[in-house]
Amino acid sequence: MAKTPVTFTLNDAETALFVDPGANLNEVLRRGAGDLTTKHGCGQGTCGACTVLIDGVPHLSCLTLAETVERRRIDTAGGLAGGPNLHALQTAFMEGFAAQCGFCTAGMLMAAKGLLDANPNPTRDEVAEAISGNLCRCTGYEPIIDAILTAAARMQGRAV
Amino acid sequence: MTIHKGRGFACINYPIGMNLGGDPSQALVHSTPDGKFMVALSSIDLGQGMKSVTRQIASETLGVPVEDVYVDTADSDTGPHCMGSFASRGTHRVGNAVIRAAAEARKQMMEAAAEELEVNASDLDTDGAGNIHVKGAPSRSISVAETAIAAQFKQGRTLSGRGIFLIPPSDADPETGEMTPVTCFAHAALVIDLEVDDETGEVEVKEINSAYEVGRALNPKLVEQQLIGGAWMGVSHALYETTEPNYPERDHRPEDFNTYLMPGPGQVVPHNLAVLERPAEDAPFGGKGPGEMCANPVLPAIANAVYNAVGVRCDRLPITPEKVLRGIRANGGARPQGMPG
Ligand code: FES
Ligand code: FES
Repeated sequence: MAKTPVTFTLNDAETALFVDPGANLNEVLRRGAGDLTTKHGCGQGTCGACTVLIDGVPHLSCLTLAETVERRRIDTAGGLAGGPNLHALQTAFMEGFAAQCGFCTAGMLMAAKGLLDANPNPTRDEVAEAISGNLCRCTGYEPIIDAILTAAARMQGRAV
Repeated sequence: MTIHKGRGFACINYPIGMNLGGDPSQALVHSTPDGKFMVALSSIDLGQGMKSVTRQIASETLGVPVEDVYVDTADSDTGPHCMGSFASRGTHRVGNAVIRAAAEARKQMMEAAAEELEVNASDLDTDGAGNIHVKGAPSRSISVAETAIAAQFKQGRTLSGRGIFLIPPSDADPETGEMTPVTCFAHAALVIDLEVDDETGEVEVKEINSAYEVGRALNPKLVEQQLIGGAWMGVSHALYETTEPNYPERDHRPEDFNTYLMPGPGQVVPHNLAVLERPAEDAPFGGKGPGEMCANPVLPAIANAVYNAVGVRCDRLPITPEKVLRGIRANGGARPQGMPG
């Protein structure tokens, strides 16, 4: 079957790939672009492990047709750190022990980034709401919510 | 409609590891030529912290900085045998194997250093910062890196060690059936406060208060995160999770994460946690490890609290609204048992 060319920005890098018709973005990011920081969990839109930002808004990459991201901007967990400098969310997750197995972490980070970019001072309930589509089997969510609030405070220069 | 408050308590005496075949685990430790140490295992880190804790144990035993220890695990083709990550055995069994392997590697490291410094190995000590020195004369020293280089290129000696841990065999006494299946126990006590709605049968856990005795907490933050996350899983098992249908039709059973219920980030329960430390004699640096018991006491405590709230004794999990309502109906109404204490 004829492949379709798709061009998009992946974490600042201009990216052009030929994709199969109907291919989902998760597969294209992982296999096509080699960005393994985007996880594949359920593949059916229920776990949130595959969350990426499309033009700044969290989306489930497993339910996104790759062809629909033409000329759009995709952000994944792989683009969070600037060289050796971790993003405030990554630092807060690390210091707050907000991961055990880590399988949900990339999706949690991107859901959290989508929230903080749009709402830099979220309430606890708003944080819980923002990650309500992301399943975590290990942490009980509390350390993750705490880490996101800590990162928000630090990014705003507030005391934690 | 009335909301009934209930409080329930449970405590456990939790065996660490199992008895089967002595429940062995092995570890291998060797140095690289630049004086870093590799710990080879095949024990799995599922996120509970196996790699962090065995790394700490190896570094402490070797007397070298934790940054200089690398743990390579989870591949049974390349790592020595391990029974597995289950039965809350990891810290205790694998940790003990790592101590033995690291102690043997340390002995060789000290002998190699002694040869370089021309002293007796028994007169040497490590400073934990990457150096080996003569006891009482810290200026007479050699770095671990230099020692490893000398061992590799001059002395033709390996700095390596093998370790295995096996618990003493214990068969059941044919007369009494008595046996000693495990060598150490961890303990916990946990109180649940919850509310039961007698119209919908819904149970909402409001607060968890717990005390866990896990021997020495080798990595206190890892212990805490495991206990918090595990208690969440206990709530989930007690009230939500099942692969059976909630209603009689088999077709109504959960098939994916949309219908397999678990509490989400909006249902986080405040959990006040106390970790008590009673180091176990045969445990690595006293640490028994939290393991499965981080979830276990939550379930009976919730069942007791539901009984306390509405007088319904549920003996099948999960305690769904349907079971609570059927129980209330069978009793002819909610029968609050009164708040203990
Ligand atoms: S992999 Fe996309 S939601 Fe689970
Ligand atoms: S850390 Fe394991 S699923 Fe979240």
